[in-house]
Amino acid sequence: MSLQRFWSRGAIYLVLIAFCLFYLMPFYVMFITGLKPYEDLNVTRMWDLPKGIYLEGIIEAWKRVAPNFRNSAMITIPAALISSFIGSMNGYVFAKWRFPGSDTLFVLFLVGMFLPYQGILIPLVRTLQIVGLYGSPVGLIMVHCIFGIPITALLFRSYYASIPNELIDASKIDGCGFLGIYRYVLLPISMPAFAVVLLWQFTSIWNDYLIGLVVLSSPRLAPINVAVQNIAGSWSVEWNVQMSAALIAALPTIVVYLALGKLFMRGLLAGSLKG
Amino acid sequence: MLIPSIIAVAVFIYGFIIWTGYISTVKWNTVVEDHTFVGLQNWIQLFKMDRFHWDLRNLALYAVGFMSQCIVFGFLIAVLLDQKIKGEALFRTIVIFPFAVSGIVTGVAWRWLMQPTTGINLLFVKMGLENFYFEWNAHPKWGILAITIAAAWQFTGYVMALYLAGLRGISEEVREAARVDGAGTWALYRRIIIPLLMPVTFTAIVLTGMGSIRVFDLVTILAGPAFTTDTLAFHMYQSTFGQYRFSMGATVGFFMILLSLFLVVPYLRSMQFEAER
Repeated sequence: MSLQRFWSRGAIYLVLIAFCLFYLMPFYVMFITGLKPYEDLNVTRMWDLPKGIYLEGIIEAWKRVAPNFRNSAMITIPAALISSFIGSMNGYVFAKWRFPGSDTLFVLFLVGMFLPYQGILIPLVRTLQIVGLYGSPVGLIMVHCIFGIPITALLFRSYYASIPNELIDASKIDGCGFLGIYRYVLLPISMPAFAVVLLWQFTSIWNDYLIGLVVLSSPRLAPINVAVQNIAGSWSVEWNVQMSAALIAALPTIVVYLALGKLFMRGLLAGSLKG
Repeated sequence: MLIPSIIAVAVFIYGFIIWTGYISTVKWNTVVEDHTFVGLQNWIQLFKMDRFHWDLRNLALYAVGFMSQCIVFGFLIAVLLDQKIKGEALFRTIVIFPFAVSGIVTGVAWRWLMQPTTGINLLFVKMGLENFYFEWNAHPKWGILAITIAAAWQFTGYVMALYLAGLRGISEEVREAARVDGAGTWALYRRIIIPLLMPVTFTAIVLTGMGSIRVFDLVTILAGPAFTTDTLAFHMYQSTFGQYRFSMGATVGFFMILLSLFLVVPYLRSMQFEAER
């Protein structure tokens, strides 16, 4: 390796490491602050490691957000499952049963993925009030499923499009109908797509703030991110509790991301429509 | 099988948008639902509103700050990672990591980092840069730009992933051919790779643009004084659910939809075009 090459390689690594430090910095601060006792929350020693591991911040935060953590789980898991299932059916139709106007319809679906929710919030609240689902977790699950229709249809459509049409035609000859093909041919080989979509939906529903805030804001029923904002917004100076609450809120998606990062990447790329 | 979804999308997205548009033309500005038609009165009132002017100014600043950070750093990191780096997977994981956490978590962490008396300011002092002192999100003029730092922290990894996938899609032959023609590294990127990655840049512009229009959770948690960090989304939320001025909220919401269409329509057009090829 020439000397010049050595230096330029070194510079690349240095820049990358600097970027990584920047991306990790907020996590570092959350961790060390969350592990400090209240007396140790001195602004001049913010960057110092805690003198030991003190769990009082985490315990206090857990006491306050545990019900909301449970709410989020009870909302996110069913919503992610149901919307993935709906997405696989829609994706199947869009990919394998094209009909006149189906592509236009698909684009109209996608538009829904991009529009800001502020443009539909008031009718949404009114409708939920009319059908008696306002302020109920079931209502929030339903809303997440509906708003998940575009992205899940997109992800499944691109997966099913990659499956050769010959397979579908052969099954037709074997006597499989519309539902039969879905049930016996496509569904059994859909697991990779399900994994990507479930992961994507899980993350975005868990991390949602706006819809949870609007549809389910009562402190007892609210999802975790609403609860964390309530703690942070109360201008309390218990930074250790705030940081611990934020860490608790982030934990499920962090674990999922670290365990299934590759799938996450695939979702990211497909989610931008260009994967 | 598709029909329930079609109905759901038709009602919950398109129907609701039209409904919002309708609400913006009536006099429903108290808790009591009022359907008296007032034409464009809400719109005129909105356009004259000081707060709305702040929102537009903040949108412009936010979009410029957020987009440029995401695109410049996203591209730069992707290019660096594309140099056959050892431990690429680890670097990639760390850069995308923030995207896995919510806007609220991001906001809580950055609010601490942006406390004037501690946080990053203290870090500057520790590094011997005593002259670096910022008010961050509390700055009466540029507070909104500080928020874009937190926003870009979260979203750059996504843009980086898009660029990295794009770079991987450029074949070695293209690079080799350019080198044979005597192009140096700089010229290779400027003349060949950046133009080839235009579709990715376009995607990144649309996605970060949408993110700029709808930013809500970060400005809730990192709010600065008065309207210095106010956004359309926050304005809509407060008008509607704080002041019960539903028609005003609907007007802001519908305005946001109109703005987004400027980004969404060309984007989906380009997609369709690509699909037809």
